Amino acid sequence: MDILNFSFTEAQAALKNKKISAKEMVQFYLNRIEKINPQLNAFLHIDQSALKQAEAVDQKIARGENVGLLAGIPFGIKDLLCVKNMPTTAASKMLKNFVPPYDATVVKKLKMADVIIMGKLNLDEFAMGSSNENSHFGSCKNPWNTDYVPGGSSGGSAAAQAARLVMGTIGTDTGGSIRQPSSFCGVVGIKPTYGRVSRYGIVAFASSLDQAGPMVSSVKDAALTLEVICGQDANDGTSSNKPVEDFSQKINTSVKGLKIAVMKEFHNSDLIDSDIRKTYESAIDSLKKLGAEIVEVSVPMTKYAVSMYYLISASEASSNLARYDGVKYGHRSDFKDLSSLSLDEFYSANRSEGFGKEVKRRIILGTFCLSSGYFDAYYKKASQVRRLLKNQFDDAFKKCDVILSPVTTTPAFKIGSRVYDPLRMYLNDVFTTSTNLAGLPGMSLPYGLSKDRLPIGVQLTAHHFQEQKLLNVAAALEETSLVKNEKPHVY
Amino acid sequence: MSTNTENIFYRGYEAVIGIEVHVQLKTQSKIFSADSTTFDAGDNENTSPVSVGMPGALPVINKAVINYAIKAGLALGCKIREKSVFSRKNYFYPDLPKGYQISQYDEPICEHGEVEFDVNGKTKKVRITRAHLEEDAGKSNHLGQYTLINYNRSGVPLLEVVSEPEMHSPQEAAEYCRTIRSIVRYVNVCDGNLEEGSLRCDCNVSVRKIGEKKLGTKVELKNINSFRFVEKAIEFEIQRQIDAIDNNEKIIQETRLYDSDKNRTVSMRTKENAQDYRYFPDPDILPIIIESSLIQKMKSEIPELPLARAKKYIEAYAISKDEARQLTEDLELASFFEKVGKLSSDYKAAASWILVEFLKDYFEKSLTLNDLNSLKNPVSAERLAELISLINKGTISGKIAKKVFKDMWTNAKSPTEIVSSQGLVQVSDVGEIEKIISQIIATNPSQVAEYKSGKTKVIAFFIGAIMKETKGKANPNIVNEILTRKLSE
Repeated sequence: MDILNFSFTEAQAALKNKKISAKEMVQFYLNRIEKINPQLNAFLHIDQSALKQAEAVDQKIARGENVGLLAGIPFGIKDLLCVKNMPTTAASKMLKNFVPPYDATVVKKLKMADVIIMGKLNLDEFAMGSSNENSHFGSCKNPWNTDYVPGGSSGGSAAAQAARLVMGTIGTDTGGSIRQPSSFCGVVGIKPTYGRVSRYGIVAFASSLDQAGPMVSSVKDAALTLEVICGQDANDGTSSNKPVEDFSQKINTSVKGLKIAVMKEFHNSDLIDSDIRKTYESAIDSLKKLGAEIVEVSVPMTKYAVSMYYLISASEASSNLARYDGVKYGHRSDFKDLSSLSLDEFYSANRSEGFGKEVKRRIILGTFCLSSGYFDAYYKKASQVRRLLKNQFDDAFKKCDVILSPVTTTPAFKIGSRVYDPLRMYLNDVFTTSTNLAGLPGMSLPYGLSKDRLPIGVQLTAHHFQEQKLLNVAAALEETSLVKNEKPHVY
Repeated sequence: MSTNTENIFYRGYEAVIGIEVHVQLKTQSKIFSADSTTFDAGDNENTSPVSVGMPGALPVINKAVINYAIKAGLALGCKIREKSVFSRKNYFYPDLPKGYQISQYDEPICEHGEVEFDVNGKTKKVRITRAHLEEDAGKSNHLGQYTLINYNRSGVPLLEVVSEPEMHSPQEAAEYCRTIRSIVRYVNVCDGNLEEGSLRCDCNVSVRKIGEKKLGTKVELKNINSFRFVEKAIEFEIQRQIDAIDNNEKIIQETRLYDSDKNRTVSMRTKENAQDYRYFPDPDILPIIIESSLIQKMKSEIPELPLARAKKYIEAYAISKDEARQLTEDLELASFFEKVGKLSSDYKAAASWILVEFLKDYFEKSLTLNDLNSLKNPVSAERLAELISLINKGTISGKIAKKVFKDMWTNAKSPTEIVSSQGLVQVSDVGEIEKIISQIIATNPSQVAEYKSGKTKVIAFFIGAIMKETKGKANPNIVNEILTRKLSE
């Protein structure tokens, strides 16, 4: 019994056949967290109730009751999702002491599926960043090489998953925050279609772009997690009523006759480094060999994606983060005397001390974009171009089933190497932001290794609500992945 | 267009008034959450992650609020937009937990309306620019250097009705506010209680020299909790602004609070550094799409409105304009009147009885108009109609009717039963009345002589004596007829 490498299905079978108890499984992973996490800083909170949760599942099994789809599976949750009675910090000083009295819908659904919530995972502050270096609680490290970033913003989820500190994790993706760290750490990450997964209880960064999804070890585990977390939610007016399919059971690894597109604008990008191109082209070759038809599509508006993304996401963020002002939420400065303090001084002190540098940069940018006199030129224009981008994707998907592209331009980079160059950091997102802007489902699948032994993913993008197609193509590629049997250095 | 037929001027100036009425919609739950909207809940009892803006919480539109807004909008003569959008109005204030208020900006649910009302006998029309939905903020309570915040009100639905600046006197402004209140109460979307703040009237006032086309600098008046204070606050503000201009002072754009104790307005905050609210469409709420079938459904639920009703009263029931206006201000009152009129077949008498006698006593019982057609009202429409019928049939005189009416408030019996049990039936027996009259004439020869000498006023003496004899029950018409005949013999 290889608990460390259990797939969800194997773990379920072992539990049901009483080969192992949930408590034993959870204890196994708690031990790993205790031993390995100090090298990675992936966990911001390890929850003491994990064993109790496991006992409850064991009792259910002992009583012969039906258990949930993911019973006893230890999960880590990005610390951007509210978990009742657990600290939810968004990796910010602002929310250092925030303990929500309610569960995010995703968490509620995981709990209903009898998942064990092991704790909360590191991220860039308020999910703003591509390296996890913007965490108030320190950088998380890449388990393949701890000198390197795990990516961001869901760096803690990617690192914890790659090092198997848990069996599954949840991340969120606003402009690539699931796919990019999944690629950097060699895990399977899916950003579902906008509206597929409820955003209720997820600390908002950019509401029209945010979406939660699984970051796990295999395509099938991703499919199972999607089955649990997708679906309409009465608490999120933007969640879709599209029925949730039995993704895992419907996985079809035959890509014969499928039209897989390369996108001209990405394919020809001179930003792509040689390791990335090698992996990407080997994926094209594999799909060809498996009988897929490779076609070319063009989505010219992707040229403006990063600009649009930063205008729109920063604008929404400037409003979403207004509530952290030290009145009801957020850090409050150590005022000696409130009586002589103006309201503006009060807010200013709290927010200056509570937010980190990158968050402030984006709040200022967003506030500027929404200001009267600039709104039309920035936010409004970006929203109009966004619509054009969506239309162009609609056209592209008339010609193909799935678009294949690199996830990033380079593999993981060294900690500290880009922090002083925000623009270069933003260019990390050149292949991922379009997906969010158009509301499409996207995925990163581990497919290669760089010459420095860092994992590299390939990105799959499908039309709205076509997650099944992503999973099918990914499952086919997974078989031929060059990184399939490789393990990270910290393991 | 304003059909103001009479120009109202003040010392060479004209006042220009536009009004924003915040109508609190009386839905059971808040606009974006399932929290209750009850007025008397304990501090922060009516809250949830959504209404306190907790990280991660999301607003979901309450469909009942949309329905209420459509109804109110239609009743205010507005067009209902097929697509309307919620936007965020960004500003920092402690009672605003999210740091923004969800409101509507460039695509409000209702627009282009108009209301009509009478001021000093003249018809006035005021256009409504728009009526948009928004959430209310919490309430701050200041305690020394600390401020406590109650979020019960946070997320309570408001419909903000914005008029064009086309009123020119305090009376017009007050009448406009009354009209809005009357309409939103008619369609049953707001209880219209100014004291509890469920209707708030913010008045924008400016003055300009007569003939000047450009608008003067406007001042916003807040904290006005009665229609009488709308008049007084605006009256004060017009005079204050004219005084200032005459003294070569500049009017500054600001918000002023009305202090009803001192009858004056005082500056609250200046708007010179116009705040930039950075409105943008709220990405958490999809645009509201309203099907025409829903508009039709809401339309069908709107009762006949005050203006149309008053017109009907005047034309079909020959009620005076003033009475019609009073009777139609409230739907319960109008329904009560119509019932009394119908059952007694005498709308004129119904109007006069209700307005002159009934309402005075009714309000003394500390009842509200909402109870009018309920069992709480001891003098039901049926009984009042019965009383009027008793007069019209000649069973009792008007004078006796007033006595019976007083009894009806405490007596469980019907007016007919009261009349018969107290022996108040009018004496209409000609023979009996003639006998009494003959006797009185015989015993008062000097008054008879006075009458015959042309001092006919003395007839009142005889009527008094007859009524005394019959304890007021003699039919006055018969008494009059016989007495005049006998005195002339």
